[in-house]
Order: sequence, then C-alpha cells, then structure tokens
Amino acid sequence: MNFDFPDEFKQLRDTAREFLVERCPPAATRKALERADKVDRVLWREIGEMGWLSAAIPEAYGGLGLGHLAVCVLAEEMGRVIAPVPYASSVYMATEALLLYGTEEQKKSYLPRLATGQAVGTLAFVEKAGPLNPASFDTRFLDGRLTGTKLVVPDGDVADFAIVAVRSLEEAPSLCIVDLGDAAVSKMVRPTVDPSRGHATIRFEGVPAEPLPQANGATAFQSLIDRAAVMMAFEQLGVATAALEMARDYAKSRYAFGRPIGSFQAIKHKLVEVYIATELARSNCYWAAWALESESSELAVAAAASRIASCDAGWTATRENIQTHGGMGFTWEMDCHLYYRRARLQALALGSAREWKRKLLGALWARESAATPTDYAA
Amino acid sequence: MDFTDSFDEAEYRAKCRRFLDATLPRRHPGHVRGYRRGEDGPDVVPQAKAFQRKKFDAGFAGITWPKEWHGQAGTPVQQMIYDQEEAKYDTTVNAIGLQLNICMPTICRWGTQEQRDRFAPPALRGEEVWCQFYSEPSGGSDLGSLRTRATRDGDEWVINGQKIWTSLAHEADWGVLIARSDFDKPKHEGLTFFYLSTKTPGVEIRQIKQMSGASHFNEVFFKDARIPDSQRLGPVDGGWKVAMSLLMGERYSLDDDFGPSFKELFSLTRQLELNGRPAFEDGGVQDRLADFYVKAQGLRFTRYRIMTSLARGEAPGPEASIGKLVAATMIQDAASYGLELLGAAGAEMGADMPLEGIFEESFLDSPAFRIAGGTDEILRNTIGERVLGLPPDLRADKGMPFKAIPVGSK
Repeated sequence: MNFDFPDEFKQLRDTAREFLVERCPPAATRKALERADKVDRVLWREIGEMGWLSAAIPEAYGGLGLGHLAVCVLAEEMGRVIAPVPYASSVYMATEALLLYGTEEQKKSYLPRLATGQAVGTLAFVEKAGPLNPASFDTRFLDGRLTGTKLVVPDGDVADFAIVAVRSLEEAPSLCIVDLGDAAVSKMVRPTVDPSRGHATIRFEGVPAEPLPQANGATAFQSLIDRAAVMMAFEQLGVATAALEMARDYAKSRYAFGRPIGSFQAIKHKLVEVYIATELARSNCYWAAWALESESSELAVAAAASRIASCDAGWTATRENIQTHGGMGFTWEMDCHLYYRRARLQALALGSAREWKRKLLGALWARESAATPTDYAA
Repeated sequence: MDFTDSFDEAEYRAKCRRFLDATLPRRHPGHVRGYRRGEDGPDVVPQAKAFQRKKFDAGFAGITWPKEWHGQAGTPVQQMIYDQEEAKYDTTVNAIGLQLNICMPTICRWGTQEQRDRFAPPALRGEEVWCQFYSEPSGGSDLGSLRTRATRDGDEWVINGQKIWTSLAHEADWGVLIARSDFDKPKHEGLTFFYLSTKTPGVEIRQIKQMSGASHFNEVFFKDARIPDSQRLGPVDGGWKVAMSLLMGERYSLDDDFGPSFKELFSLTRQLELNGRPAFEDGGVQDRLADFYVKAQGLRFTRYRIMTSLARGEAPGPEASIGKLVAATMIQDAASYGLELLGAAGAEMGADMPLEGIFEESFLDSPAFRIAGGTDEILRNTIGERVLGLPPDLRADKGMPFKAIPVGSK
C-alpha cells in the first residue's frame, strides 16, 4: 500500500508553493481581474522555463516526461494562488488532446511550443446552455474546413490555437486543430463570472483545420474531458484549501463579543464541515490521479468522483469564506471573491456537477454489468 | 502510487484470509455487520466470545499490543489489514471487541506487570468481558462533570453514585471506573481511576431499552461499593489523564459497514421501479446516489491514506479524525433515503424486506452512531481546535471548585 505521491513530487510541490506564494500573491490575480489582458505573461514565461507546462510531455517532444502525477501536484498549487495564466486550457486540454490523439507530426509541431509556453492552446467545445452533448454539436468539419461557433472558450482571447470538438459520425474524428490567427476566425471577448481569466466566443467560417485522426467518435472527446477533469479537480482542490485557510486565519484573528470568532461553534463547526469537504475531495482526487497515471479502467468513475467532490469542496469553502468574513467578505477589496469566482468557473468549465453525477452513475452501471470490480474500488 | 500490498503485507493478508475462510461465512451483499437487532439475542455474546477465542488461538488478538501485554507485537498496518478482511465476513465480534480494545490497553498501560498477566490473557481469549463506567446522568459530552463519589477508607475506596450508557455492562465481568475523589478541586483535578468486578457488592446493573428496541447499554448504580486501593490506576486525583489516554486509543480502521451505504442503495434502485423504469435511471435518484458514492469513496480512500502513513511508520495526518463524524451521518442519511425510495411500503419491517430490511432497522439504530464515542458536536470541536487550530470555546466552569459548578439539568 503506497497511496501517496512519490517524494520527488512532494518536493516539486514544495518548490512550486514557495515560488508561487512569492511570485503570485492574490494581488497578481486582482490585476488580471481589472485589466483587459488577463495573462501574467512574466509568470507564464517563468513557469514555462521551470518545465511546469511540460511535465506530462515526453522528453522527445521537449517535455520533462514526469507524467501526470506531476501535473496534478502543480495544478493544486496553481489553484491555491488562483494563478492568472492559461494553465488549465493549455496543459489539461490542448496538450492532453495532442498527447492522446495527435499524429507524430502534430506532436512534433505543437508540443515543443506548448512545453515552453511559447504557444497557448485551448479546447473549444461549448455550443449552448445545458448539458454537454457531443452528439448534438453543430460545428462541422468538412473537406478540411471548420464551420461553427463555440462559446466561452477558455483563454480564447489569447490562445494561439484551439482543439475544436466537432460533430462526427461513428469512427470519424471528433476533434480537430485550428490556428486561431486565421483570418476566417472571429473572436469576441466575453465577460464571465471570473474576469481574472479571459474567455471568448469564437466563430469559425470555413477555417482550414486538421483532424486529430485518432480521436474517433464521441468517446474520444469524453476520454479527453475525463482526463482534463482529474487535473482540474486538483486545481479546484487547491482553490478550496486556500479559501479554507483564509477563513480559518480570519476566524482566529477577528474578535467579536470579546472573543475570536473562531471560538464560536457556529463558525468553528462550519469550518470543520469545510475541512471535511476538502479532505473527502483530496482522497477522491488521489484516487483519480492514480487512475490517470496507471491508465486504469477505473478512470471514468474516478474522474467523475474527483470532479464532483472537488467542485463541492470548492463551492462550500469559497462560499463560507465570504460568510466568515462578514461584510468585508462581500467587498471588491477583499480577496474572498477571487476564490469564489474561480471555484465556480472551474465547476462549470467541463460541465456541471449535475451532468457529472449522471456520467458517474452511467459508468458505475457499465462497470457493474461488465467485469468484477476490484477490491479497492468496490 | 499504488494499492498493492508489499510482500509482507500480502503474506499477512493471505494469513488473515485463511483463518477467516476457515472460521466464518462470508457476508452476503446487503447484510451489514453490527446493526442487527439479532445481535441483542441471547447467543450473540457467547458467539462473540467463541470467535474471540479462535482469533486468539490464530494469533489475531491484540495484533498491535506488545508482548508484555500478551499481544502479537505486530504493526498498525497488520491491524488494518486484518480489519479490512474481517469486514468481509459475517461476525458479531464487535459485541465485545470494542470494549476490549478500549479498556485493556488502559489496564496494561497504567497497571503493573502482575495486573497485565492477570487480566490481558483472559480478555484476549474472550473469557472475560470488560465495560467502561464513564458517562453519568450529569455528564456525557462533558465527562469531567461526573459526580460519582469515591471516598477513601483505609486501604479501600467506597463508591457511591450512578453511571449511564454503559455498553455491555450486563454481560461484563469487569469495568473501568472514573469517580470524583475531591469535590473541592477544579473538575478535572479531583478524579481518580479504578477497575472493579461487576459482581462487587453494591453494584446494580439495569439494562436500558433503546429507541431501536435493543438493549446494548445500561444504567449502573453504586451503593457503598468497596474497591481495594490496589485496583486504582494512576495517582489519586490523577484519573483524568488516565481516562484521556483511554479515549485516545482511536481506531483508524473504522469501516463504513455499520449500516447501509451506497452499495445497498445502488442495489435497491435496481430493484425498484419509478415511472415504469428502473429507479436507477431517474435523474433525481442518480443525483442522490452520486453524492453517497463520492462520500463513501472519499472515506475509503482516506483510509488508504492513513494506512500509507502507518505503513511508513508515520503518525496518520489530521484526515484520520473525520471518519466517524462523516460515516455516522452518512449511514443515517442512507437509511432515510432507502425508506424514501421504498415509499409507502417502506414502513414495514422485517428480514423479508428489500436488502434484508436494513433500511428500516438502520433508521431506528443509526442515531446512536452520531452520539456514541463522541457526539458530532464534540468531534467538530475537537477537529476545529486540534486540526484547524481554532481557539477553544469559553469554559464557564474554568478553575472553579467542582462543588460550586452547576451540573446536570436544572
């Protein structure tokens, strides 16, 4: 039994935390909130230089080849500081899509640039309100050209290219790759609940695109989303933990009725419930990280569990952080809302908990009807 | 990162399985250990004792206890492995095991080698059953406000007062007792710790009927019961420390099998119909099932994190504190949701109900889990203060002589 991250990844976590606390205080994210350019470009270059964008990219393509456990560790740290960089889009989505489904040529062309941060990639898949349904996507890829409109493309304002989900017939590719600098691409920057990250509606009008040939059918899209969900769950866990610590520190230092408010059970018990939510999320996240790293058949189930648990922790922690701070917590000036916004943004980004609960039960049902579950996953 | 046993762990697990396969039937799906009223029947404690004897003979009693305590000098990981495996079998050992694991380490830790030699072997063999005379009508969560009086009389102590919620006292041979030896000192400073035979003259044990209909616990009256000073553990007026060392003996491996959980609900929703379809396919049902699943898996993998720390010889992290608090409410909620799914028919009780009637039984039994072994509220205080480092609550009775403190119901 060794259900923990290896020591070298714990060291990576410590290094990352030390660097980010210094380099990316909430004031850095606040700047992104209040300006048009949402990316801290110096920070982006620095984390690229440290190899944080390329942890899962094999050395042959200019990466560190550390695997996905390293990405999970880094994602949690990025979440703790609600970093204003396109980490999720470029690493969990674009890089992951290319690693999974790219041709050798595509990998050689894109991965080295993603590894350094020179290029930013994203994933464009949302078309309308309501649950994600790849089978009903309107975006079409025909004769090498892409047509359609995608909503709330994360970091769509700054990304150099996008992996775009398209409607596909059985066995036909469901993902293609598009240069967002093309003249037939029109971007409209859109406001979101978290203005510390940029989002855009992107219209493709017969834009030249390349398929990811191994991304066959809707299940390919789903597998990509499952993998991205695990890494994002860690980022969400980081947001939740940071919000809990912020509330805890305030409850220890804020006095009312002659006592620190953290001595009142109304506050204390509430923060314990937040702590429980973060720990249950952490345990589900570790399971999902294991499933991702080991290419386990449990991945669909574990990814859903980690996403549901971490989004619940993110909501509980960021909501109660504002409440614990009282009136101050509702001000623009206080940082509470930065966490509240980011936690919700991430809870929506890959589809809401409601959808993931359906997926979880579907996956459990499939497992029940197929093989005998393993002891630990039963 | 992996879930595989080390060579030694795998070998130990295999040893556990060989013993359990030869001794007990496997628990069939839906059958949940420890919740059944049947455990209250006349044969439950004899069965538990007989199984304890077999555990002892096979080397699975007192796995982590040192040799001086007549234990196996094994590791906490071995204990967790054994507990994981035992949970898969149909056993009522918990009827005596819990008290054994709480009381005997206290005797062994604070007693002489002679006392260890006298008491540990028969307890480990299941021949002598123990209980704790702790809570009182005037103090449960606030144990320190207990009023049972211990008066010194030469080489003896005279005990007068009343204990309550004493699990298993009616089956027990011995009990550990905390009583007040000085009413003038602050409440935690005037307590002394003893052990005594439940057959001591002046000890009267009356079973309490629980809301579930079972009678696991008792009220116990002490009227001029005499205990020799040699049965005192720890210093005079130093009993609080002894009692606290006993409560610290946490069980890291507490599993979630004390009532219905996701597995039982999943199974039920496949049997029931909702709007002409299996209930399982209903969106609202799926929402609830997912919440139960994620919580149960969260607890399961938290235990693996704890086990990993123990395997490395490290103390488990603070996450070890959440298990009982989360599991207790989860069981009660799962019982309630099972009844909700059964609808009007769910009111009926009995082993022929779906899942052997576990939802109805557990509905009536599960409130106990949120109270016994530390209430939800006390556990939240403990986690808030020890894990999150939040300041303690104000204590209105701090430093006051005990006799000046208002206690009980006014």
